[in-house]
Amino acid sequence: MTKRIVHYINQFYAGIGGEDKADHRPERRDGFAGPGMALGAALKDAAEIVGTVICGDSYFNEHPDEVTPQVLEMIRGYAPDLVIVGPAFNAGRYGMACGMVAKAVSEQLELPVVGGMYIENPGLDLYKRYGYFVETANSATGMRQAIPAMAALARTLLAGEQPAGGYIERGLRKNYFAEKRGSRRAVDMLLKKLAGESFATEYAMPVFDRVEPQPAIKDVRRARLALVSSGGPVPKGNPDHIESSSASKYGKYSLKDIDDLNAQNSETAHGGYDPVYANQDLDRVLPVDVIKELLRDGEFGSLHEYWYSTVGNGTSVANAKKYAAAIAEQLLADHVDGVILTST
Amino acid sequence: MKLQIGNIEIRDIRFAPLTEIRDGVLYINERELLEKTAGGDQRIASVEAFIAHPGDSLRIMPVKDVIEPRVKVSGAGGVFPGYCSGVEQVGDGVTHVLHGAAVVTTGRIVGFQEGIIDMSGPGAEYTPFSRTHNVVLKIEPAEQIDQHEHELTLRLAGLRAAAYLGEAGRAVAPDARRDYQTLPLLRQAAQFPELPKVVYVYMLQTQGLLHNTFYYGTDVGRIVPTFVYPTEVMDGAIVSGNCVSACDKNPTYVHQNSPVIHDLYDEHGKTINFLGCVITNENVTLMDKERSSNITAKLVEHLGADAVIISEEGFGNPDADLVMNCNKLERLGVKTVLITDEYAGRDGGSQSLADSTPLGDACVSAGNANQLIHLPKLDTVIGYPEVADVIAGGFDGSLHEDGSISAELQVITGATNELGFHYLSAKSL
Repeated sequence: MTKRIVHYINQFYAGIGGEDKADHRPERRDGFAGPGMALGAALKDAAEIVGTVICGDSYFNEHPDEVTPQVLEMIRGYAPDLVIVGPAFNAGRYGMACGMVAKAVSEQLELPVVGGMYIENPGLDLYKRYGYFVETANSATGMRQAIPAMAALARTLLAGEQPAGGYIERGLRKNYFAEKRGSRRAVDMLLKKLAGESFATEYAMPVFDRVEPQPAIKDVRRARLALVSSGGPVPKGNPDHIESSSASKYGKYSLKDIDDLNAQNSETAHGGYDPVYANQDLDRVLPVDVIKELLRDGEFGSLHEYWYSTVGNGTSVANAKKYAAAIAEQLLADHVDGVILTST
Repeated sequence: MKLQIGNIEIRDIRFAPLTEIRDGVLYINERELLEKTAGGDQRIASVEAFIAHPGDSLRIMPVKDVIEPRVKVSGAGGVFPGYCSGVEQVGDGVTHVLHGAAVVTTGRIVGFQEGIIDMSGPGAEYTPFSRTHNVVLKIEPAEQIDQHEHELTLRLAGLRAAAYLGEAGRAVAPDARRDYQTLPLLRQAAQFPELPKVVYVYMLQTQGLLHNTFYYGTDVGRIVPTFVYPTEVMDGAIVSGNCVSACDKNPTYVHQNSPVIHDLYDEHGKTINFLGCVITNENVTLMDKERSSNITAKLVEHLGADAVIISEEGFGNPDADLVMNCNKLERLGVKTVLITDEYAGRDGGSQSLADSTPLGDACVSAGNANQLIHLPKLDTVIGYPEVADVIAGGFDGSLHEDGSISAELQVITGATNELGFHYLSAKSL
């Protein structure tokens, strides 16, 4: 039976128009359109492009919450086995749209997605994990190379197989049992490194984003401060059940009636350090006693009413970023000028 | 130093009137075992003993330590120096091993940091200790004990039990013998002058309660990096007090069978000249980390090594120690291979380490500890299943009503061991 493919493209490749038509609203067309013709040919008998979904790049990027479900419904209507997006080359907004489609399709329809982008397309960084993206040239001159590569990935996935390569690494780490134990693999790698032979690291070290420190607060006596910690300081009994490792949440607790943390009113939820001294006097992790004293003495302007706490132990960077963004929003809404951020 | 390891294969363990080994079966007088384990320590309120075999429908939790019964037949000192014997330098002579047997300590939870061992089912694949015949000791402390005292009491009791069981192998002819020898440095360097010289940088976590490691009974957090003959650890010179996020902590058993040491010895005299080990610590302060990594790099250079394997213990904070050791050694021209594990999030989509260096271009991964696993109900639980909700890797609701457990791999003792003792790894999709 021929497998069914839906193709997502932008207004330009659908022949509707260029930048002047970038506000084109989502539409669907039966069969292929634009680069879909060449894709269909490259897919041979493996699959048929049964429908094409089109949206203007500006419209998609400016209304992602409205467009994404609409596009998803149009795709769902064709009951596809796989979805192809782009190729978007180095077009940033087109890449973002392809990425958002890939994310929605893989998460909500649980279907494989194939696409193509230039390695520096911003859509790739954000969405590469949601599909198998071929690395393309930075402009449509690379169409001739991109199409057969994308078709090959689609054929492999439609056959129910995991592609051996030919796509940009998705950045998803998956566990497996190796044939040799870790120590032996380390020795083998060392022998190769010593001999000057090529070797494959099992984990390519990440590149971190560094946060630039904010400029100093000019007049701390008028500043509004807040307390945030990844050291797991929580009210006694850990009411939100924040995990001792790999926290799935953060907690928000009122400082209104507390001038001092002690063994009766608080504890640490953190499983990654010796908790004995924190549990004796949690001011050691979150300096509530001192901040209240300084507040009384007028050393700074005012204190945000709540402290925010999560457990840094074993918590993935992606989750930590998510909690930080949510906490920051609340701090900004309360006009907080500075945060005392404690870790352990 | 030259140590002969004699492995006595243990195929079964049973309680019996007399503690002895006959035809590969370890018979144990239960009452005597309990007495020796308690050791007259008044901080211990009760000890119970159980036997767990590979394939049993049985779960042990919370696990504190796993220890291999060994006995020193000849040579200076005894096993677990600083605990069960004096502080003579060990690692020379003959040592018998009850290979295939292990002591597992459990009991009321100390912190929220201990692990799980399943003897069958999907969880069993992830722990090396589902393959050993385990003498499980459930040890309960006296009520008034504090957490540090509680940990120490159980650590000592486990070592006493392993030393007692090891004695049963003293006069038994081993099934297999192997010699391990490392010469004093200048002679060792001269023995294979044409081969590249390799040192093992053996990082030990030392961050307080349930995060500590001991060398001849002393807290490794209080030493500066030092040279260790590889055979010393086979006699129990390194002892674990560390089971926090049990997946990547080294039970004493793993130190006794330290896998990088064994695999480097396999190449010793063939492709490399294995000079020995530098043990170093993973303390909490930046100054400690700087001092220890500086001294580690200096010592490795002083020993004349061309290359090192560096193994980490733990994750997050110790990633900084790993990266410092790597950077400082690579900058001295010493080639490095690192062993670590990963915290890439449950979906595997996050970056895996808390620190990073472009010089760490050769890295072995022991797997993603955040991966979720479902552990079905097993017929028997030795210990306390309810701690599933609070141990590192568990969460509110980890323990289901039917007795099954959903948690991260973190909870499983030895699953992502960073000495490379097990087989799990991770790859990028």
